[in-house]
Amino acid sequence: MKLKDTFKELFRYPSAVVGLLIILLLVVVAIYAVLKIPYKEAIRLWRGGIDQTTGLDIWYRNPKYAGPVWLNLLRRNKLPVTIALSTADGSASKSVQTGEVNVITMTFPIEFEADEFAADMILFFTSRYQEKKPHISMTWIKPDGSSMRIADMSVEKGQTYPFGQDTKLTRKLGGVSPIKALFVKDPTAKTLTIEKGRYELQILAFTFEPGSDLDAELVIYGQLAGLAGTDHLRRDLGVALLWGTPVALAFGLLAALGTTVTTMVIAAIGTWFSGWVDSLIQRITQVNMVLPFLPILIMIGVFYSRSIFVILGATILLSIFGASIISYRSIFLQVRESAYIDAARAYGAGNWRIIFSYLTPRIIPLLIPQLVIGIPSYVFLEASLAVLGLGDPSLPTWGKIISDAQANGALYQGLYYWVLEPAMLLIIAGLAFALLGFSLDRIFNPRLRGQ
Amino acid sequence: MSAATAPTGDSKLLRVEDLALHFSTTRGVVQAVDEVSFDLDYNEAIVILGESGCGKTSLARAILRLLPRNTALYSGKVYLEGIETMALSDEEFRRDVRWVKMSLVPQAAMNSLNPVLKVGDQVAEPMIEHYNVKKGEALDQAARMFQHVGVPVEFMRRYAFELSGGMRQRVALAMALVTAPRLVVLDEPTSALDVLTQANIFNTLKRIKQELQISFILITHDIATSSELADRVVVMYAGQIVEVGNSSTVFVEPLHPYSRKLLASVPRLRATQDPDFIPGHPPSLLNPPQGCRFADRCPSRFDRCAEEPPVFGGGRSQVKCWLYA
Repeated sequence: MKLKDTFKELFRYPSAVVGLLIILLLVVVAIYAVLKIPYKEAIRLWRGGIDQTTGLDIWYRNPKYAGPVWLNLLRRNKLPVTIALSTADGSASKSVQTGEVNVITMTFPIEFEADEFAADMILFFTSRYQEKKPHISMTWIKPDGSSMRIADMSVEKGQTYPFGQDTKLTRKLGGVSPIKALFVKDPTAKTLTIEKGRYELQILAFTFEPGSDLDAELVIYGQLAGLAGTDHLRRDLGVALLWGTPVALAFGLLAALGTTVTTMVIAAIGTWFSGWVDSLIQRITQVNMVLPFLPILIMIGVFYSRSIFVILGATILLSIFGASIISYRSIFLQVRESAYIDAARAYGAGNWRIIFSYLTPRIIPLLIPQLVIGIPSYVFLEASLAVLGLGDPSLPTWGKIISDAQANGALYQGLYYWVLEPAMLLIIAGLAFALLGFSLDRIFNPRLRGQ
Repeated sequence: MSAATAPTGDSKLLRVEDLALHFSTTRGVVQAVDEVSFDLDYNEAIVILGESGCGKTSLARAILRLLPRNTALYSGKVYLEGIETMALSDEEFRRDVRWVKMSLVPQAAMNSLNPVLKVGDQVAEPMIEHYNVKKGEALDQAARMFQHVGVPVEFMRRYAFELSGGMRQRVALAMALVTAPRLVVLDEPTSALDVLTQANIFNTLKRIKQELQISFILITHDIATSSELADRVVVMYAGQIVEVGNSSTVFVEPLHPYSRKLLASVPRLRATQDPDFIPGHPPSLLNPPQGCRFADRCPSRFDRCAEEPPVFGGGRSQVKCWLYA
């Protein structure tokens, strides 16, 4: 059957079309992930920790355990979304008046429309000076226009100002944490009611040396952050969800392709040469089939290496001599005796020519659906190993997210997004390949077609 | 080339001496081909006649060394262009003899084409395998062969299942001719074809024999049409040759009682007499009779026939029968 005809036939099955579309989408996502976040960058982001150039955590802009922002679409009382406003990138305004003393005015506009309080609020300063530290004075302006002095301080290099830890400010606000008190009408009231609207943080800064400068970034940590949410290390789950796609697809495809193709070739070699070659392959298969697959992989992971390539190699090695070798062999035994193989032998075709252009093509209709259906099982295998703590330690994968979620009790804390996001991707990927595989099976094995 | 395979200055294309091929089965050893000797000239067509199970196909397989897995005995001498092929190793035989010196159009040639290859590629395969030529060159040669056997060259891009039986037969023939061997063995090339196609194929074979100076060994049940092509006739019975002679003599005046019966069994169009038949059935090759293997069914047998195997004798034809010894 020609490739074009196969596709034409495939489009007659709606399930195949759906499966193909999902696979196409996953492939696009995978390509996007690899182009957008190069491998080294992905590893660096996923490892997290302190950034050498800024001295801050790579993920300092993210809160811990924050849900994805789209959760608000499903809720009546909206949760605050994490906002980062910086004078360096223009999301906050900054004007400079040079003179004997440079006067810098910074304004941070804050739209607060949530029904719940933010988790935390921190100002990060980046200052440039020789000896004399810049001095600042901060003012908080509420939606109704009333303003309040927050703090005056001098700024060191890498200075941060966590609002929640300012005891002076807390006292001034009647003992209520500034993170809450700044966003309510009356902090002294019994129940705190949030005042929605546009707030403003104004910073008036004075620098005392020519060439010295000051930038500030205000981060209001909400309960939601990013399209995918964050984990216990403030990491954006989006990185792992995105990068998990190429890893899952590549692992599934390589493992499935590696095992089915080698299995086919080995079965063909055994059947064609027969004699001791065949016996040896049969014995190896029988022994291999009783070996416990998962425990061996766990042992390799624990004692040797958890690198994804080692696990991939071990998976392929252990799967080659599987039960399918026996079913392929039974088909090859039949094909071996057919007239055209005899004819090929007569014209002097060598053993390898017969194996590769006469025997194996006969099994490809059987092999393709098996290959496609086999892909998700290897994707799930990689995820299962990761959940068992045997995933590649440096690679961001779907299984790794589930593993972290489980280790941090995500479900007990009600952080369902943490488990459901990677699980949904796994299910969708599995479903897509299954839908396509079953349709292919019907095309290549017309007897399954039914009425 | 070793001494054993050195040319002996033989004037014959093929000389077969005492060829034997026995198979082992669960019930014992089957003597499929036994004491077979004959020879073949350059540009000569020889037809091997005989009923089903008399060892014709086994003889072809023995000459081409296409032995099944249960071969019990394979002995004798086969000289091809003066080279003793039986002394070659399997690999040497595969490389230097098959399709280089002789090729085969197998029985059921219709099924002998790879279903997943285009027929053009299939016909070109032996060229690639044996002469290590580029695919384009091999395809050019294949195209020439398609013209020789009368298949439109456009059909090269088709798969075997897209061709009719006669076309497939011609493609198998093209494949046998593509490497320009001196000898082509045709194993029932026209079985399962209608009479028009049969005649067509035989005409093609005749033309090719003249154009390409090729020798044929033609194995067939089809006595009438084969008489058109054959220069000489070999009649086989129960694994042995019983009569060898020129077609002009054997077809007109067969000597061996079996040959006579066999030729009399050919139905004639609009003839008044019924076709003749031979009562009984061929002996089991598991344990063939001591004397003449045809003795049980022979109308002119006498005591000696059952006691010792006959030897070749006779005049214009060589006959294995005590009547002519």
